[in-house]
Amino acid sequence: MTHAAGDVVTAGHIHQSKAQFYWVWGALLGLTLVEIMLAYNQVFPPLRMLIVLLILSIIKSALIIGYFMHLKFEAKRMKWFLMVAVCFCLVMMCIFFFDAWRIHTPWFYW
Amino acid sequence: MADAVLIHQAHGEAYEPSWFRTYSKKIGMWLFILSDSLTFGALLFAYSYGRISNPAWPTPFHIESIRNASIMTGFLLTSSLTMVMAVLAASRGDRAWTRNWLLATMGFGAGFVLLHAAEWNKLIDEGLRLPIFQTLFDLKPGTNPEYVAASRNVPQFGGTFFTLTGMHMLHVTIGIVYLGVVALRKIWLPILGLLAIACWWAPGPFHYGFYVLLIGLVIASIVLFLKPMDYSDHDIEVTGLYWHFVDLVWMFIFPLVYLMSTKITH
Repeated sequence: MTHAAGDVVTAGHIHQSKAQFYWVWGALLGLTLVEIMLAYNQVFPPLRMLIVLLILSIIKSALIIGYFMHLKFEAKRMKWFLMVAVCFCLVMMCIFFFDAWRIHTPWFYW
Repeated sequence: MADAVLIHQAHGEAYEPSWFRTYSKKIGMWLFILSDSLTFGALLFAYSYGRISNPAWPTPFHIESIRNASIMTGFLLTSSLTMVMAVLAASRGDRAWTRNWLLATMGFGAGFVLLHAAEWNKLIDEGLRLPIFQTLFDLKPGTNPEYVAASRNVPQFGGTFFTLTGMHMLHVTIGIVYLGVVALRKIWLPILGLLAIACWWAPGPFHYGFYVLLIGLVIASIVLFLKPMDYSDHDIEVTGLYWHFVDLVWMFIFPLVYLMSTKITH
């Protein structure tokens, strides 16, 4: 169990209990069931369904990143650096969604 | 800066501590995940753009497909739980349970890949094809006219669906090979070789697994023979980061690809 010289080790995951992991796993399964029920019953039209499913997916991904990937327990600067970088790039991609909506909602076109 | 380095060297330290207050392997894996998330982001964007902009976008996933994809999601979520258990066991220094949990993770991952490839096999047999296979669009016994029409009229559907899910399946397969290297080391190589040979005779998309596993076998052999080492708790944690990322990507693919293209008939 040797580590490279100069590495400063944070052992955040050691402070996490098994019970917490089981709770997160249960929450992820529960949210997945909600998604399936929404799609099965076709509760919303496509655009609204996309937004609802995206929100639920973002909550699930936050649970995975925070607890399973231990980012919640990392140094603040690492959390901010990683999350701001990836969110910025993905949001920049999503700007083009306005073009997809414009095609069948002409009033949306500025 | 030079003074700081000299002071560290005087105390026997070769490097300055990381700015992120963690070890270098973990930072490296996070940077890889960052770049890979953009690849999947672009593919998911392409699929979702087509889904919203095209009113004639196919909705070919019936209840059987949704049930299958839900079981696959359960497999991946459970594999993430077994992976964090492996990380916990590794941090306690419990080698036996670390290996057991890693093998359980590999098992759930393999279950996911098998179900997914079987799903692909069924869709291809029923007529859902990539746009490049135009000659295969003829109606034959066993093909579903709905899938043939979808492949012919909206070729973007097959293109984005197979690229996105294929890319993800490739990542899961790489993850299983990676976990095998960490859990079993050189014992993994003959097993991987046998799996590759089994894939050679397998039908449909399973056959292409041969090439993936063969490349995996070559890379795993290079790693295990040129740099044999005892994998530490840090290595297990870094492996876990990769595995959870693969799970994370599926949390977007499942709703955006499958649930947004359902056709439920009550």
